[in-house]
Amino acid sequence: MLDKIGIAKRIAKEIKDGYYVNLGIGIPTLVANYIPQGMNVVLQSENGLLGMGPFPFEGEEDADLINAGKQTITTVDGSAFFDSAMSFGMIRSRKVDLTILGAMEVSEKGDIANWKIPGKMVKGMGGAMDLVASAKNIIVAMQHVNKAGESKLLPKCDLPLTGVRCVKKIVTELAVLDVTPDGFRLLERAPGVSVEEIKKATLGRLIIEGDVPEMIID
Amino acid sequence: MNKTVKNADEAIKDVFDNSTIMLGGFGLCGIPENCITALVKKGVKGLTCISNNAGVDDFGIGLMLKTRQVKKMISSYVGENAEFERQLLSGELEVELIPQGTLATRCLAAGYGMPAIFTPAGVGTEVAIGKESRKFLVEGVEKEFLMEMAFDADFAIVKAWKGDPHGNLIFRETARNFNPMMAMAGKITIAEVEELVPAGSLDPDHIHTPGIYVHRIFQGANYEKRIEQRTVRKK
Repeated sequence: MLDKIGIAKRIAKEIKDGYYVNLGIGIPTLVANYIPQGMNVVLQSENGLLGMGPFPFEGEEDADLINAGKQTITTVDGSAFFDSAMSFGMIRSRKVDLTILGAMEVSEKGDIANWKIPGKMVKGMGGAMDLVASAKNIIVAMQHVNKAGESKLLPKCDLPLTGVRCVKKIVTELAVLDVTPDGFRLLERAPGVSVEEIKKATLGRLIIEGDVPEMIID
Repeated sequence: MNKTVKNADEAIKDVFDNSTIMLGGFGLCGIPENCITALVKKGVKGLTCISNNAGVDDFGIGLMLKTRQVKKMISSYVGENAEFERQLLSGELEVELIPQGTLATRCLAAGYGMPAIFTPAGVGTEVAIGKESRKFLVEGVEKEFLMEMAFDADFAIVKAWKGDPHGNLIFRETARNFNPMMAMAGKITIAEVEELVPAGSLDPDHIHTPGIYVHRIFQGANYEKRIEQRTVRKK
């Protein structure tokens, strides 16, 4: 079974040289730490920055320089600032190659719910609806089951949707899965996790073809 | 042109009860601190505020929520404000949550003189309820888009880094965010700046918002520029 860092490391392997990537809040943010050295990857922060660098050194924080999670950050060589309309312009016109975000639920059709729990959580969708509606490639980083032990990979989302038929791939603590027209296709098992365990934790339609290899994580 | 006013109180003097105001900023970054303080002092009520976020309990728009001056918020994310959530769940505050890109582009449309935009954000979700939609071919595939209307705001209140008496504005780093689009979108646009410089001292090539969009400008005082999430690494 993977921890959060393991999930981030596995997702980092999906990033290719030359990619522009938008990382959501939570586990997706951790992915930045595991992008292979020497690879040219530019991180987009939807509040108006291309080329997001690491957190600043203590004492060098700048209130004008934050990421979409409102954390203080830095720029890198080649960074560019822009306004929010242009930011979503580059998202909508599919210039961003990969979006990695968290989810509360994903359906076997690739629908995603991650912004609202009626009567309980009313924080809003932020940029998530824009991102999922337009992204070329969406990978979801999440736990396979919720705190109550219920599957988050469902035939149909119960929570209000963020977007429909948009998720392409899911990485959880148990598995890597593709979303296909026929359901979730199991690609890899987390180290020490059996196909049976993944079956038990997946309520949506699960496709298992042949031997499912174990993930390789450095 | 000289659009300079003395201070925030003078800049917002005609903001009236039940008006619709846009407020720039992302989180607490790039918010018009001086004007928010002046609006609280003036006590104007029943406001509809268009702003990406709603501040925190004791700073930003949170200050106007505490004094119950806000009737309705139009925002994309309001997660950092407990008082906001309380007023929302108790029904004291009306809230319209909309996708962030939709918010930005509805401001942009107003400033560009376009009545509406089409966006795929929110298709198939509750955001789409009651909205007109239309299908377009995108890269050879038919895709559905929602029609979203340009905002109609009485006032836009923005914060810039530098400005001149003409109203020309330059923003800094990610404090730019929604400010340029909102500056273009208000019937009356009020800009507060960290530094008001003499006309002619800004390079015309560096202007983000041309002064034609700005009606009043002043140099703000005592900027706190509070950091919401201070994240650092060790040397």
